[in-house]
Amino acid sequence: MWQELRTRWYPLGLEVVTVALDVEASDARPFIEQAHAEHPSLIDEAHVTDELFGFVNVPNGVWIDEEGMIVRPSEPAHPGNNPFTESFRTIDLSTLPPDVADILREARKIKSDPDVYVTMVDDWIAHGRESRYALMPDEVIRRSEPRTSAEATAAAEFELGQYLHRDGDHAAAIPHWREAHRLYPDNWTYKRQAWNFEDPMRQGHTDAYAGSWYEDIRRIGAENYYPEIIP
Amino acid sequence: MGPLSASIVRTVILHDQTVDEHEFEARTGWAIKPQGACKAEACVPLPAESRLDNGRIAAAVLSERLGMPLVADEAHGIWALGPETAVTGKALTSAVAPDLVLPDADGNPFKLSSLHGKKVLLVAWASW
Repeated sequence: MWQELRTRWYPLGLEVVTVALDVEASDARPFIEQAHAEHPSLIDEAHVTDELFGFVNVPNGVWIDEEGMIVRPSEPAHPGNNPFTESFRTIDLSTLPPDVADILREARKIKSDPDVYVTMVDDWIAHGRESRYALMPDEVIRRSEPRTSAEATAAAEFELGQYLHRDGDHAAAIPHWREAHRLYPDNWTYKRQAWNFEDPMRQGHTDAYAGSWYEDIRRIGAENYYPEIIP
Repeated sequence: MGPLSASIVRTVILHDQTVDEHEFEARTGWAIKPQGACKAEACVPLPAESRLDNGRIAAAVLSERLGMPLVADEAHGIWALGPETAVTGKALTSAVAPDLVLPDADGNPFKLSSLHGKKVLLVAWASW
């Protein structure tokens, strides 16, 4: 999805770097191979970019300028309309199992303008620091995700869990991931990653976790799934 | 920490309740010096008894002094020292991009700083 934009942007001085937040690198690799990406396509098994940049969901994006300064912190970063999101909108729900149809019905309520982020990046490429979307350092910090003791503890619990999972003891990871969810409910990467191991089709309710994709999105309201982009 | 020094905050996995000072500095940016744990202008004093043999530091003291949560998996004897919270209360303590190093799909390490001089759009996605 990003490769097409990269082809347009790279000659204008912007490189795209994608980061797969996948505890199992092997889950991400087929998608990377299929994309024939010319840009760096990295794999972040420990979700360290959550800690370092404040990613909390996908797609999330950060802008870094020529001097290595972050000029926009993490925010929803949709790569425009694409066949995947299109099929999402057009599929006939009556052909699906009822619980899957319920999930898609919620997903369709998620608010996201697919083109706004791309338009903003275009403006940044054209105007650099003068772009109205390029922020000053203090504003970048101010807009970044909260990092109180709760979010920091969630990061430590998530990483402890992924260490145990990757060490071959998946069951031992679950209590740590459950704790990460409790402490940082706004971080969907911690939740969706963990739910997906138990129920890859639906990220549905299991004994392992307190929530599920459907329950959690119903609770917050689908329109709040992605925070609105503030120009 | 002003906006001109990079945040380097990431969880350190520990196999006992001590941390090697060089690994700690590489992961967190806090250097262990005679006057304490230091980053940029700031130095936080560390009690003498927290400085152990072979350049190791008591994790509980670093946790308390630097506001880094220390969580445990007692059954496996593993601890994780999380990112610091004391500076801004925000995920970013600085607008300088941290020098991210992550593997690509072939396992080769890629340094974000190798793109210095270009604009970079760093985007997260996932298979799930």
